[in-house]
Amino acid sequence: MELNLQELNKTEYPIPVELQNNIAITSLTSVYNWGRRNSMWPMLFGLACCAIEMIATASSRFDFSRFGMEVMRATPRQSDLMIVSGTVTKKMIVPIVRLYNQMPEPKYVLAMGACASGGGPFKEGYNVVSGIDKYLPVDVYVPGCPPTPQALMYGLIALQKKIDGQSLQVADDVPWYGVGPSEPTPVPILGPDIIDPRQMDMIRRQAEAAARAQTEEPVYQLNAARDLPAFGAEQAAAVATKPKAAAAIDESVEIKSFSQVGMSADAIEALRVKRRENAIQRKAARKAKEG
Amino acid sequence: MVDMTIPEEQIGIGTIEDAIGKLKQRFPADVSDDDRQGYSGVIISADKLQEAARYIKNELGFDFLSSATAVDYLGEGVHSEDHLEMVYHAYRTTGGSALVFKAQTDRSSATLPSLTPIWMGADFQEREAYDLMGIKFEGHPNLQRILLWEGFNGHPLRKDWKEAYYEEDHKPFGSRWPAGHIHRAEEKNVFGKNVSYPADVDLSRLNDISETNMYQAFGMGVDTEHVVDHNGVRTDQLIVNMGPHHPSTHGVFRMIMELDGETVTALEPVMGYLHRNHEKIGERNTFLHNIPFTDRLDYISSMGNNHGYVLAVEQLLSLGAKYTPPTYRTEVLRVLMVELTRIVNHLWGIGFWLNDLGAFFTPVLYFIQERERILDFFEAVAGSRMMCNYMRFGGVFADLPERLHSVSNLMNDRVRDTNTMKFLTEMINERIPRSIDEVDEYLTQNEIIQARAKGVGYISREDAINYSAAGPVLRGSGVAYDIRKSDPYSIYPELDFDVAVQDEGDMYARYKVRLQEMRESVRILKQLLPRLEYTQGEPVNENNAAYSSKVPIGEAYGRVENGKGELGYYVVSAGDKRAAANPWRYHVRAPSFINLTPLGLMSTGAKVADVVAILGSIDIVLGETDR
Repeated sequence: MELNLQELNKTEYPIPVELQNNIAITSLTSVYNWGRRNSMWPMLFGLACCAIEMIATASSRFDFSRFGMEVMRATPRQSDLMIVSGTVTKKMIVPIVRLYNQMPEPKYVLAMGACASGGGPFKEGYNVVSGIDKYLPVDVYVPGCPPTPQALMYGLIALQKKIDGQSLQVADDVPWYGVGPSEPTPVPILGPDIIDPRQMDMIRRQAEAAARAQTEEPVYQLNAARDLPAFGAEQAAAVATKPKAAAAIDESVEIKSFSQVGMSADAIEALRVKRRENAIQRKAARKAKEG
Repeated sequence: MVDMTIPEEQIGIGTIEDAIGKLKQRFPADVSDDDRQGYSGVIISADKLQEAARYIKNELGFDFLSSATAVDYLGEGVHSEDHLEMVYHAYRTTGGSALVFKAQTDRSSATLPSLTPIWMGADFQEREAYDLMGIKFEGHPNLQRILLWEGFNGHPLRKDWKEAYYEEDHKPFGSRWPAGHIHRAEEKNVFGKNVSYPADVDLSRLNDISETNMYQAFGMGVDTEHVVDHNGVRTDQLIVNMGPHHPSTHGVFRMIMELDGETVTALEPVMGYLHRNHEKIGERNTFLHNIPFTDRLDYISSMGNNHGYVLAVEQLLSLGAKYTPPTYRTEVLRVLMVELTRIVNHLWGIGFWLNDLGAFFTPVLYFIQERERILDFFEAVAGSRMMCNYMRFGGVFADLPERLHSVSNLMNDRVRDTNTMKFLTEMINERIPRSIDEVDEYLTQNEIIQARAKGVGYISREDAINYSAAGPVLRGSGVAYDIRKSDPYSIYPELDFDVAVQDEGDMYARYKVRLQEMRESVRILKQLLPRLEYTQGEPVNENNAAYSSKVPIGEAYGRVENGKGELGYYVVSAGDKRAAANPWRYHVRAPSFINLTPLGLMSTGAKVADVVAILGSIDIVLGETDR
C-alpha cells in the first residue's frame, strides 16, 4: 500500500508545500502501526465452509492482497493473524490452541462466520465448541454463514482500525513490546469430553458433588463412563498432586463465572434484566461524554 | 460409452424380486421379508449374515456395497422394537435398484459379523457405526473410533444419549416456540461450555491420546529397527504425520504415513476434525429443517446435496395420500442447478489438485473466476452464493427471476441488471465451454502433469468396486457407473449425455473423467435451455408438500450422482404423533468419506510428494467426510 506522507504527518510544525510528499514528522507509534496493519499475514488455515469464502476473498475478484494480506503462511510461526474460518470441533480445538501458542506476538484472531463466533447452526452438536472465544481471545467477529468475501474484508479492515488504535505507550496494547510475550493458552485435553485445563478444579468439584449425591450444582445425567486406558505414570502423578493443593484453596471460592447455577429461573431473569440496564446506563453515559 | 439403461431382465441376472426370491430359497430359515410398514428388503439373521452377503455378492451379482449404516430402534413410538439394526444397500455396477438387507442385534451386547471380508467398502462405515452407535463388528481388521476420539464417553447416535446442550428430543423446542424465550445454552451449563462429564470422571486417568498409542493401533511404528532396502542400503523407517493443519489436506484432514526412505509403506487416514454432528442434529430437526444443513455437507456443491435429500424425503412423502409430484419445470430447474454445481465442483477439484501437484494457485485463480460467475447466478436465484438452500419437497424455493439484479454484490460488475435467460444462454453456450477448453488446452497435454499423474495413485477396477469408491474414482478405473444412467432419477432419462469413463485407474484418468464430465454437463445444460423457455410460467413452489410437517412412516434411500460421487440419504420416519415432522434416523452416505477407504491402497508404494496429489485426485470435502 502506498505510503501517504501527508496522512502520516502528525505534527503542527509547518512543512513547506513542495516537501510535503517527501517529509513527514510523525510518531513512532504511527509508523509502527502503519507497517503492521499493512503487512498482516494470515495463516493458511481453513476449517470448514468459511474457508472456501476465505479462498474466494484471496483470489482475483476480491483480492485481499490490496490490504497487504496476500502472504498466507502455512506455518503459524510466520503468521500474524489466525482467521478461524469454520466450525471448531472438540477434536480440532486441541491443534488450534497449539497453533495459536506457536504464533509469535503480536497475534490476532478473527472469528469468521457463525460457527467460529458462537457455534452457529451446529452449536448443539456434541463435538462442537460453541465459539472459539471459549478458548482464545478474539479480536474481530465476522457474522454470516458463511460471510461473503465483502464481509470478511470488512472484518479485516476493522482489524486494521483496531491496530491503528494501539499505542506503543500503553503496555496493555502492546504487551509483547514492553513486558514480553504473554502466557501460552493451556492446551485442552481429550478426555471423556473436552477438558479445559483452566476448569480442572471445577470439574473435580462437580465430580465430588456428584459422588456425594449432592445436587446443588446440577450435573447432567450421563451415560456410564467408558473404561479409559491409564495415563502415563508421570502425568498421573502430576495430576494427582496438583489438585489436592488446589482443592484446599478452592473450597472457599465461589464459582464466579457461572454464579447463576442453582438459582431460580426468576432470579436468573432478574439478573439478566439488571445486567442489561447496567449496560444501557453505561452506554448512555459514554454517549453523553462523547457529546 | 456403455449405454447403462438396458433393462435388468435382458442382462440375465433378474430383478430385485428374483434376487430376493433366490436369497430366500438359499437361506430359508435365516432370511425373511422386512414387512414393517413402509420398509423394503430383507432381514438376515446375524449368524448367517456373512454367508448371505457372500451369496449376494458372488451369486446374485450385487457387487457394489453402497451404504452400510446403523439405526437405533429404542422401543418407542410406532417402532415398538428394541434393537440396533444395520442397514445395507447393495447395487449391481451394471445398473438397477438396490437390494436392501438388514441385520439386527440387541442393544446391550450389540455385536454383528463384519462384512469387510466381502466388501472392503464396509471398512470405514462399520467403524463409524461402532463409533456412533456402539456396534462391535467381529472380524473387522481395525475396529476403532473414526470420527470421535478413543475415550469419548458413550456412543452419541444412540437415541438415549444426550449431549451437553440437550434441551428436548425434537424441534421446535418448547422454550422457543410458542413461548418464545431466548436463552443461551451456555448459561444453563455449569461449565459455561458445550461439555458434560460423567459423574465418575477420573481426572487422574485421563485418556492418553498420545501419538504412539494411535500409531500402534494402526500397526505402525511398532518396529522401528533399521530396514535394509533392496539395494542393500540401510534406511530408516519413519512415521510422518500430515495434518490436521496442513495446506494440502483440503481442510482438517490428517494422514499418518509410514515411510521407508521416501516411499510410503502404509498410510492411515485420521478424520473427525470437522465432525459436527449432522446426523444427531438432523434427528432433532424437522425434515424441512435439514435442507439448509445439507448445504453444509459438501459445501462446494450445495445444490447437489439439496437434491439428494429432497429425493429421499419425496420417496416417503409419495407414500402419503395428498402428495403431488414436482412439476416438470421444477425438475428442469433442479437439473440446471445440479449440473452447474457439478461444473463448479470439478473446476474446484481440478484446480486444487493442481495446487497439490505444485502449480500453486495459478491455475486455480482462473477456475475460481469461472466459479464466481456461476455463484453470481446462484446468488441471484437462491439468495446465497454458497449455501443455496434452494430445493424444497416437491418444488424449489423460487423460480428464476426475470432479470438478475445483484444488490448485495456491489463489486459485481457485469451482473448488475441482466436478462436471466440471456445471461444463462451466454454462460452455457460461450463462457463455460470456453473455460473448459482453456483447461484442456493448457493442462491435459502438459508434460509435467503427465509425468506426475500417469500411473500414480492406481486403483484397479476390481478394487474400486470392492472398496465402494464412487464418482470419478470409480469411473476413472473403467467402471461405467453413473447413477444418472444406472438408476436414473429426475429428468435424466430424457436427456442425451454420455458417461465419462477412463480405463487407466490413475490420477490422470480421474482428471480426464472430470474434464469429460464437465463437457457432458454443458451438453445437458444446452438441452435444458429450450426446456426452460417452454415451461415458463409453470408453478415451482406451490406444492403442498413443500412445507409439509407430516411425513408418512417408512424408510427411504435417495441417492444422486454428485460431483464427488454417489451421495445418498437414508431417512427413516417414525411417523408417530409426537414427532411426525422429525426423522427417526437421518444418515448421509458421503462419497468423500467412503472414497477415502482406498486411499491407503492407492498411496502405498507412492512417494510422499505424490500422496497429497492422490488425495487431491480423490477430491474430498471435509464437511462431507466428517459430517
